[in-house]
Amino acid sequence: MATGMEGIADFFRWLNDAHGVNLSIFYDALDRSRFLEGLWTTIELSIICILLSLAIGILGAWFQGSRFGPVRRIVQAYIQFFRNTPPLVQLFFFYFAVGNQLPHVLDEHGMLVPPISNVGWAILSLSLFAGAFNVEIFRAGIEAVPRAMVEAAESLGYSRLGVFWHVLLPLAFRVSLPALNNNLVNLVKTTTLAYAIAVPELLYAAAQIWSEVLNVREMMNVLLVTYVALIAVLVALMGRWERALHIPGYNP
Amino acid sequence: MTPLPVLLTPGRAALCRSAGYGLRGLLGGNTLAVVLAAFCFSILAGEARAEASAAGLLGVLALLLKWAPLIFQGFLFNLLVSVLSMLAGTVLGLWLGLGRVSQFAALRRASSAVIQFFRNAPWLVLLFYCMFLLPFSVTLPFATIPLPDAAKAVIGLSLPVMANVAEIVRGGVRSIPLEQWESGEALAFSRRQILWMVILPQCLRRMIPPWMNLYAILTMSTTLISVVGIQDSMTLARAALVAEGRTELFIPMYLMLLSWFFLYCYPIARWTTALERRFQVRI
Amino acid sequence: MQQDPAALVVLSRVEKRFGDAVVLRDISFSVARGKSVCIIGPSGSGKSTLLRCINALVPVSSGSIEIDGIEVNDPALDKIALRRKVGMVFQQYNLFPHRTALQNVMMAPIHVLKQDRREVEDRARRLLAKVGLAEKEQAYPGELSGGQQQRVAIARSLAMNPLVMLFDEVTAALDPETKKEVLVTIRQLAEDGMTCMIVTHEMGFAREVADHVYFTEKGVIVEHGPPREMLAHPREERTRAFLDQVL
Repeated sequence: MATGMEGIADFFRWLNDAHGVNLSIFYDALDRSRFLEGLWTTIELSIICILLSLAIGILGAWFQGSRFGPVRRIVQAYIQFFRNTPPLVQLFFFYFAVGNQLPHVLDEHGMLVPPISNVGWAILSLSLFAGAFNVEIFRAGIEAVPRAMVEAAESLGYSRLGVFWHVLLPLAFRVSLPALNNNLVNLVKTTTLAYAIAVPELLYAAAQIWSEVLNVREMMNVLLVTYVALIAVLVALMGRWERALHIPGYNP
Repeated sequence: MTPLPVLLTPGRAALCRSAGYGLRGLLGGNTLAVVLAAFCFSILAGEARAEASAAGLLGVLALLLKWAPLIFQGFLFNLLVSVLSMLAGTVLGLWLGLGRVSQFAALRRASSAVIQFFRNAPWLVLLFYCMFLLPFSVTLPFATIPLPDAAKAVIGLSLPVMANVAEIVRGGVRSIPLEQWESGEALAFSRRQILWMVILPQCLRRMIPPWMNLYAILTMSTTLISVVGIQDSMTLARAALVAEGRTELFIPMYLMLLSWFFLYCYPIARWTTALERRFQVRI
Repeated sequence: MQQDPAALVVLSRVEKRFGDAVVLRDISFSVARGKSVCIIGPSGSGKSTLLRCINALVPVSSGSIEIDGIEVNDPALDKIALRRKVGMVFQQYNLFPHRTALQNVMMAPIHVLKQDRREVEDRARRLLAKVGLAEKEQAYPGELSGGQQQRVAIARSLAMNPLVMLFDEVTAALDPETKKEVLVTIRQLAEDGMTCMIVTHEMGFAREVADHVYFTEKGVIVEHGPPREMLAHPREERTRAFLDQVL
């Protein structure tokens, strides 16, 4: 196994020496580890943001059905704001503008640091961004559930919350799955924005490598291929998820 | 079926209910009110802070007004890039989309691969790719065309637009019922004739809402060019903030920029839903 | 109308308006425990609305509906407590498509009544067997026929152990063969002593099962009486005209 890895490393070193194609991540341990850490950060960021944005979507869909007008309007304002403004500006707004206003706290080394790190703001901003779309997607799914089904659930004694959680949401979820998956895939692509606030995700790691090793062309190609492959894997997983949730005989 | 995150199947779309139509609704009614309220609040807070710190300095509102014209020019540049990318991407995407629905299997597969590739790649990565790897000038037999950074950015943004337009075209063509193809064939039209004379005119109307939606997304994505070093409204706004060095200016400045984008994109979104509704009823 | 001490459901001068339209007017009758009543009439006569008012799915404009002591036309009504006592089966079955038949029957007792899962499962199995669908426990609604779905719907409502069951034209969406299996189920239920209020177009069924029949038209009770007499020899002209059309 070790000799196999060395064989690969040797091959790429040769590739560099003989043809000038410098894929340093394959033969240099530091570069490789940076690249893989960046990849892992992207994956972590994606997972956390997906989960958080789903939670926001569900909460928003619940409040959007509220009896109180002001509550509905606040949710609507939230959706329209995050849908119609650039996510990059949102990110900067949170990190630079809002983050700046928060009082600094002492960390474990006794230094004054901002209470929320750049990673934290990235997670918050991206989740709010994707969450806004999710609210609309869930709402559309909920409205696609026939009113009669809600009546039946109410007749069985379910409260509003019970109807929402046990009947509306499961059915709405299945109806909105294609649009939801689309949105989640876009979320993963949007994590690249975190580069702009120095979050060490994949794009940032690649940029670090190419600025040192000066192999821009190779790294760009690797980056592109990696992202496309990552998204392809995600899309395949989504497809599997859709099939798993399929109910026999139910075509909404 | 639909390529974009915001588009919901028309019959199930939860149409915007916060405000009616008319200028107030079109400009974002409640949301705009909230944003403006936040904006004013932040200015007032900023002013209060400013007075507390040093006398003789310009107030926050005055600072914003001082820098606004410059940043607005940057904003117009964002819009210019969006229009150019949209044009390029639409033209390319139309052909790619036609290839996707072609009768030749090889062409279909190749188009599908291209579309999948450019839809899977993050927009920022494509932008980086074009910025770094496109040559500084293109040498044609009769002339050498220089490629400034902005041109590379336009190309970079037009690639995902191309892929999404192709998907919209495919979706539009597929939404036309089979009977239309069959009646065309019964009248002895060739496939190409059916496509151009029967199918495309019908789906053009259906493709407009998602296409407009794509444009709104593209406009918001033009801010990415600031990350690859091109000067736009974002870079100018940040430069202004650095120049003034006043922390109470941060929130109002970013809110101002956000509201400009909002005022541009929200009416497009409303118009899109209105068109969707109208075209749906027509069936 | 004298107050029947054994009355489970008592309606007094119930009125329902939708805007300017009066859908129910001065409806007053009572249903004794263990009895079955059928409500017949042309479409638009307010029958379905009446059932929905009894179940508090639709608020009443004025009047009183009392079910086992609970007043429905009360702003402080505990809807959940009411719906534990009243079961309703709809024309469109409305089974939850994402759950199997057994799970559909089990859901409400577990989530709403917070009963023990194993007990509920046993009871659900018995109920499904009672409606003749023991072998279809694991089937999803999409895999069942209309009549089968309707029987599962009945079992689902029964799982809550209601005091009175409301049936809203439950066979209207079924074809003749499958109608029969559902009607047989309901008849069995009535014979076992369940208090039933049935809105139906099936006159033969009404004649066999009902203890009392009410004919409504345009939101008013035109005539009522024991089925054999009323259906054979209606007193009112309107009743006669309706029955002539239907029979």
